[in-house]
Amino acid sequence: MKEEVVIGLEIHIQLMTKAKMFCHCSTDYIGKKPNTNTCPVCLGLPGTLPVLNKKVLEFATRTAVALNCKIEQVSRFHRKNYFYPDLPKAYQISQYDSPLGVGGYMEITIPGNNEKRRIGITRVHIEEDAGKLVHEGDIASSSYSLADYNRCGIPLAEIVTEPDFCSPEEAQIFLVKLRSIVQHLEVCDGNMEEGSMRCDANISLRDAKTGALGTKVEIKNMNSFKAVKKAMQFEVDRQKKLLAEGEKIIQETRHWDESKNITVSMRSKEEAHDYRYFPEPDLLPLKVDLKIVDKIRENLPELPESRRERFINDYQIPRYDAEILTSSKALGDYYEKTASLYSNGKVLSNWIMGELSRYLNEEKVKIEDSPISPEKLAEMLKLIDGRIISVKMAKNVFEKMFKTGKDASQIVKESGISQITDENELLNVIDKVIKENPKSIEDFNQGKENALNYLMGQVMRITKGRAKPDFVFNALKQSIKKGV
Amino acid sequence: MILHQLTAYEVLNLIRKKKITAYEVMQDIFNRIGKIDNLIKAFLITNQEEALKEAKEIDVKVKNGEVLPPLAGLPVAIKDIIATRGTETTCGSKILKDFVPPYDATVISRLKAAGAIIIGKTNMDEFAMGSSTENSAFGPTHNPWDLKRVPGGSSGGSSAAVAADETFVALGTDTGGSVRQPASFCGMVGLKPTYGRVSRYGLIAYASSLDQIGPITKDVTDSALIMKVISGHDNMDSTSVNLKVPDYLKSCQEGIKDLKVGVPKEYFIEGIDPEVKDVLDKALKVFEKLGAKIEETTLPHTEYSLPTYYLIATAEASSNLARYDGVQYGYRAEYYDDLASMYQNTRSEGFGSEVKRRIMLGTYALSSGYYDAYYLKAQKVRTLIKEDFDKAFSKYDILITPTSPTPAFKLNEKVSDPLTMYLSDIYTIPVNLAGIPAISLNCGYSKSNLPIGLQIIGKHFSEEILIRAAFNFEQNNNVEKRKPEIKPAKFKEAAA
Repeated sequence: MKEEVVIGLEIHIQLMTKAKMFCHCSTDYIGKKPNTNTCPVCLGLPGTLPVLNKKVLEFATRTAVALNCKIEQVSRFHRKNYFYPDLPKAYQISQYDSPLGVGGYMEITIPGNNEKRRIGITRVHIEEDAGKLVHEGDIASSSYSLADYNRCGIPLAEIVTEPDFCSPEEAQIFLVKLRSIVQHLEVCDGNMEEGSMRCDANISLRDAKTGALGTKVEIKNMNSFKAVKKAMQFEVDRQKKLLAEGEKIIQETRHWDESKNITVSMRSKEEAHDYRYFPEPDLLPLKVDLKIVDKIRENLPELPESRRERFINDYQIPRYDAEILTSSKALGDYYEKTASLYSNGKVLSNWIMGELSRYLNEEKVKIEDSPISPEKLAEMLKLIDGRIISVKMAKNVFEKMFKTGKDASQIVKESGISQITDENELLNVIDKVIKENPKSIEDFNQGKENALNYLMGQVMRITKGRAKPDFVFNALKQSIKKGV
Repeated sequence: MILHQLTAYEVLNLIRKKKITAYEVMQDIFNRIGKIDNLIKAFLITNQEEALKEAKEIDVKVKNGEVLPPLAGLPVAIKDIIATRGTETTCGSKILKDFVPPYDATVISRLKAAGAIIIGKTNMDEFAMGSSTENSAFGPTHNPWDLKRVPGGSSGGSSAAVAADETFVALGTDTGGSVRQPASFCGMVGLKPTYGRVSRYGLIAYASSLDQIGPITKDVTDSALIMKVISGHDNMDSTSVNLKVPDYLKSCQEGIKDLKVGVPKEYFIEGIDPEVKDVLDKALKVFEKLGAKIEETTLPHTEYSLPTYYLIATAEASSNLARYDGVQYGYRAEYYDDLASMYQNTRSEGFGSEVKRRIMLGTYALSSGYYDAYYLKAQKVRTLIKEDFDKAFSKYDILITPTSPTPAFKLNEKVSDPLTMYLSDIYTIPVNLAGIPAISLNCGYSKSNLPIGLQIIGKHFSEEILIRAAFNFEQNNNVEKRKPEIKPAKFKEAAA
């Protein structure tokens, strides 16, 4: 049997409102002392009641609108009931059969053949986050659990896609674009590692001939873009192998084990929770004014797609570069900021996508926190254009800038590595090299162009790379022609 | 003049006029509690020291001629399901024994702001589940009219405390009749406001779509007095309604001539005690004499109220009470092996049998595969019951019914038979399902000297009309008002 891969995604994004979903506690909980970012409401103390933060509705609506969803005028909150120590009310306030947004889509472009695919968005709904359990050592060896409720009540939007992905790659492309969209909407920072964006996947195989759907398996705990792709690929391979061996696929939830690079069974369909959803009696039905939705639609910020087109036009950079630069809002912002100070868009994108990205990745620094600010990068690029440093020297300067946070001109001054601008000094060196290498002169005169490169290398060696290459090149040629 | 026998309105006037001090009133109240609460067992905890201190502070204000808030110096008892900052709030349950909320319910803040003084927390059926106050983890409360009998429930502690003059007023909560039925059993006035009239913030939820806080008082005037203070919109409760609060006291002054009164026939059949019917009939004549136009009417879906209530209330309860898991606060089992057994042992040991019965019922009603047949169906019937009332109120200003089919029953009489116990709320439950207000007040006594209650039901936010009708009846009822005679000897005899 020939199988086709069928994948659908469920993505949770933490909405960056100032206050939590149902109380006045801050959403800025990361790094805070456990259980200090709480109040009776988000702790679910007896007698407390939720009151919806209107900003949550606005942020979620913005997200749903950007994903081309229809906004329901009236939707409802439901209680999702289950016991777990990180859930202080023993139910999560969520939306069930009446979500905020339905029937949307997002377009993705498949690289390689540039095929455009429209991915259906089934729904966008809002719900509250739970707390976290903390263990001494790891969960398996610890004899107790500690509960930290700082995250309780952080607003989430859940985005559910149709099972429209044919491969893990497509799903990943979607995710990257979605992240960029929510960043551009300024509703979520899209940080998968910190959990502000989380992704679960439903994966099954379909009989290519008959179109019969296979049993679906849900994959959880994929905590980075890399993990998402690896986990999904692992699961596709696992299912294919099972079928090839004549085995059946069981409907279950599997956990991605990052350290072992495998998915592990968490619970089967029989063990699945019965969440006993019912309408949340403490909250009124959620009414959305369609005029406000129209306003939100009109005032949507520039989204990555149009920003990409603008980059191509305004900065004269290749589509590929523009695609990468708009794949995250912070990267795009960095590019634009620098481009406002430095005019050669292509040189700039090369440096950002090359050196800068490399150092940021190596040092695990976010671009927002880059020690080389757009101003500093622009200044360095101007030093190259002004022939103060060569491209080659710039790479060293760049490294020092990254490590020390100093300006390029300061580094150049301190290390005395600027180019030799005194032409007489350079001509003396050139004379010396020509005199010491008669063989190369002869070769050059006989038409061996390579000989000139050798001579240039000698000049660079003596000047420790501080000679202006094109000046040396022309000066060498002229000197040889003159027949020194 | 015996201070504790006065009404809130009377005692507040005396304080205001400097005839007595708030401190004297408070002392008298605590003397009374000290003397008889060992027989009534209305209170779970009292705040004597703090209350006396606050009374002194009120007296300073009186002395200084400061502008006094409306309830300055009034002792108030609170049902133990309403959160009081710094004071244990147990819901009559072992699972919340020693639980001290770090915040006040909105009604408590409003009472305090109005100068009222919280004297203690009153006994109740565990998590307000019951009609006799026998389901308290801390033992039953006794009816002041007959100590062998129950005070009703679930706000039995509150109503017994008011009836025994241990407080002037008390707050109760009403999910299916828990303010009105005990008020009726103890001969007091109990008002269940429109759903959304009084903030539920700090009311520990039993059934969120039905729960309301209401006053239990000695007369209708006091009910109006308290309602004025606790009503109104609250930013902390999304279901509280933003409507102006009328001056309920003022509405007492108007008459009820030409008021259209419906008497639903479904409330006078099967199971009603002939004595109750008899007293009710006499009461209706009083309304007629006052110029009200009385007609028989129908609420055809009445018979479905009880099953509907026991699906919706228990479904919500199963979710509301899930948080008592031994993790964050309250009781945790001493012995357990893992998370599942911690939950299981904590909840098995911490909850009483009626609470467990309702949690199981509600869990079942919400379970996948049963939801449509039970919870959803119940919600549809709830709509029909609401429509019955809407229809009736298109014709009538108020409806008059008995509050409960019988006067107070005996302790232990119905404990082993929950279904019979549930019938005690058959006349009060439809009101909660419809979200409308109702007031219960005494209209007479049985031959064995037990109070019998009359219920006046109105449409949404018609508390003014209810209070006016009740006040007019109270002033003109030709049955002489009695006080319970608390007789410990007889009780001891019976107990032996």
